[in-house]
Amino acid sequence: MMKINFKLNDQIVEITTDPNRRLLDLLREDFNLTGPKEGCGEGECGACAVLLNHEIVNSCCTPLANVIDQEIVTIEGFSKTKRYEVIKDAFAKMGGVQCGFCTPGMIIATESLLNKNPHPTDYEIKIGLSGNLCRCTGYNLIVEAVKEAAKAGEGIW
Amino acid sequence: MKVVNNYIKSIDGLGVMKGRKAFTDDFAEKDSLIVKVMRSPHPYARIISIDDEAAKRLEGIEMVLTHKDFKRIPFTRAGQGYPEPSPHDKFVLDEYVRYIGDEVLAVVGISDVICQKALDLIKVEYEVLEPVLDFEKAKDNSIIIHPEKEIHEMFDIGFKPERNIAASYGMEIGDVKKTLETCDYVVKETFYTQAQAHVMLEPHTVNARMDYQNRLVIYSATQTPFHVRRIISQGLEIPLAKIRVIKPRVGGGFGGKQAIHGEMLVAYVTYKTGKSAKMIYTRKEVFESSYSRHPMRIEMTLGADKNGRLKAINCEGLSDTGAYGEHALTVFMVTGSKVLPLYNKVESVRFAGEIVYTNHTPAGAFRGYGAIQGNFALESAVDILCKKMNMDPILFRQMNMMKEKETSPIFAIMGEGTAGTAMNMETCKLEECIERGMKLIGWNELYPRKETEDKIRSVGMAIAMQGSGIPYIDMGSATIKLNDDGFYNLMVGATEIGQGSDTVLTQIAAEELMTEVEKVVIYSSDTDLTPFDVGAYASSTTYVSGNAVLKAAKELKEKMVTEAARILGTKEEKIDFDGKIFINLENDSKISLVDLSNQITYSHEQKQLQVTSSYVGHKSPPPFMAGFVEIEIDKETYEIDILHYVSVVDCGTTINPMLAKGQVDGAIVQGLGMAHFEDVVYAKNGKLISNDMLNYKIPTRLDILKLTTVFVDSYEESGPFGAKSVGEIGIDTPPAALANAVDNALGIRIKTLPITSEKIFNEIRRKNNEK
Repeated sequence: MMKINFKLNDQIVEITTDPNRRLLDLLREDFNLTGPKEGCGEGECGACAVLLNHEIVNSCCTPLANVIDQEIVTIEGFSKTKRYEVIKDAFAKMGGVQCGFCTPGMIIATESLLNKNPHPTDYEIKIGLSGNLCRCTGYNLIVEAVKEAAKAGEGIW
Repeated sequence: MKVVNNYIKSIDGLGVMKGRKAFTDDFAEKDSLIVKVMRSPHPYARIISIDDEAAKRLEGIEMVLTHKDFKRIPFTRAGQGYPEPSPHDKFVLDEYVRYIGDEVLAVVGISDVICQKALDLIKVEYEVLEPVLDFEKAKDNSIIIHPEKEIHEMFDIGFKPERNIAASYGMEIGDVKKTLETCDYVVKETFYTQAQAHVMLEPHTVNARMDYQNRLVIYSATQTPFHVRRIISQGLEIPLAKIRVIKPRVGGGFGGKQAIHGEMLVAYVTYKTGKSAKMIYTRKEVFESSYSRHPMRIEMTLGADKNGRLKAINCEGLSDTGAYGEHALTVFMVTGSKVLPLYNKVESVRFAGEIVYTNHTPAGAFRGYGAIQGNFALESAVDILCKKMNMDPILFRQMNMMKEKETSPIFAIMGEGTAGTAMNMETCKLEECIERGMKLIGWNELYPRKETEDKIRSVGMAIAMQGSGIPYIDMGSATIKLNDDGFYNLMVGATEIGQGSDTVLTQIAAEELMTEVEKVVIYSSDTDLTPFDVGAYASSTTYVSGNAVLKAAKELKEKMVTEAARILGTKEEKIDFDGKIFINLENDSKISLVDLSNQITYSHEQKQLQVTSSYVGHKSPPPFMAGFVEIEIDKETYEIDILHYVSVVDCGTTINPMLAKGQVDGAIVQGLGMAHFEDVVYAKNGKLISNDMLNYKIPTRLDILKLTTVFVDSYEESGPFGAKSVGEIGIDTPPAALANAVDNALGIRIKTLPITSEKIFNEIRRKNNEK
């Protein structure tokens, strides 16, 4: 057990727990954040993606020791931003959501991509989101959604 | 139509995107006991003894469950209507384990870590038995996979466990042998398909608690909540009335969640201890220990005359159901019944075969449900025959395929597990599907191939059909209630699993009630609160459940008109209603829906207006499609790039065009996965090696280049607002279309899925060696 401090969705949090626990479990079990989801538990599917210092990480493969004094943003935190509004509208408009299990991770990946590259090409979108698997949509509608978000959100990234 | 066939956003996307509580595990009680299963390391073994003393003493361990804790009640996990066409060949836990990954025992404790510790402390002694791993050697093998005496079939499905046969089927129309003798051209080819995995993103998940009325309340990521309730009741001898199954949002199913997986163990633990419990399959368990698509061997014989008339089809199959017979018969029958009628002008057609047990992970329901396997064989064989006859494969299809208003005698003979239902194709736009698809892919420019220095570009195609529910078996129901302020509740048993059925059913109700989707609040799949529906399978929701919703909406409208007539002092036929205002045509007096609903709720002749209606299909109008693929093959490495997939679909009216496109696009990519990417690899001992997302490659965003999906105009009179189904049809064509494109490029015919560069290379080398 150890005392861990980090910034979670804009709030400094302090928790005493086992530093070997996975970030995903901490978020879901201790903070009741249901946005990040466990699809595979081995870093392949991206359903558990969160932002660690603005970079996308798979929270199922992130031990708590790695977040000490760092900043974590989950979909719950991100959904309070203007950028989220733009991405959300684009996903809804283009039909980028089917079952929705991959969607919070997909939105986090979109933010991570557009944050670094506000005008991605189709290929860059595919690379940027290639760590997030989806079995429902066939992907094209999601690529369209990211393009739409980049266009609609001109100037905010 | 204002709502149906219009652009309407998915009604539930927003909360899901925000990550709000929606999926099964989001509702698990915080103090839930964890149920963890010990999985068999052997493909076939008998448990001699279990030493669980140390594990039971471990602090935090509630119980260890073994086969001795359960009464021997055989059941099937298939998740079908009752009586099931699948053999009752499974026990909650058994003294035999029949595949690597089968359930040995379960530990129940306060955390994952403690359960894992307990599992490590348990010693199991096995009598290791020799397994049957080759499905072509399973029938009449001296090793019998199901020797137990209690197992049985519910009605005749050709179940012969003493011969390792889970089910068998045969039918013949005309005399295939005789017809083939009269044919100028005959081809006979054998095809193999693999045990594709569903890979829905949300793993199998279930949790349970006892509520304040001492009832067992189960949240389950299932496609079939009502079947789950029944199977738990039968299997654990808990009265049906004590069980409530709630299906929250489901993270994809594709047939994988039609069956029950962890529900039995979790229900047992909670019912027995009174404590909440939960189970989430690990991804490895989803691969190894749930179920897959049935691998098949299909021998297809086609005979045609010199004018290009297809005269005979003989299809013999062998299907591997693995260790348990879930969906064994019905998947196999669909390999015939939703494939062979495509060519309805034959003189004779035969379909027969067996579904055998092996010591592999079981097989079960999976989008396409046998049709994708049969389609790969038939549509590959058609191209092989055309090549032999030197005939254009498109012209051959246009001459021989099903057309509108026609039928096939197969419909009357073959149902799903039972006899079928005769029907004419009131809608069948295959001709238009082919014509438009050829244009969209650029067939005439690309067929059969275009070569550059290092690449070959080619095209291939296939046609397909599916069904719309199972006639006289699948039932859907809907309840619609009028509330004060003039909005509606729509309660349906139909199961939203991410395909968009809540949105589509809401649209159907809103259209009929002439209102907006915002005024219709849907609640689906709760066995206490919603009326019965068989669940999300067999492409039934839009057609069967949709018809139930339409019926209920019509009946509620009649009731509302009756109330309006009473209030306005006239007869029903004198009332005109536009969705908002009731007008008495005799004197132009009016009352708004809002005022009417408020009046009957609070002030005068108060009553609740509510209607429940059910629908059972009397036929299963097939959606049809033509699929075209354009590929590029590297001449040196034989690497295949799938450049473009064109789908032209006749699914009747698209209730929600965006969601329909999502269904087809997603199914095409899943079909391309089976065609090219998703290799299933076993070790020699029967261990599944492709058991995680690293070793089992589903297509990623980088693999999918261009998809074009269009819908032809079509209106199916028997469907709600002209709709047929669209959930499965998209998956059927990619394997054959890709195989045909590869043959058009290289003159190499791959008959075993998936079609990989290695297989092409080996086939070319084999051909060269022959020379």
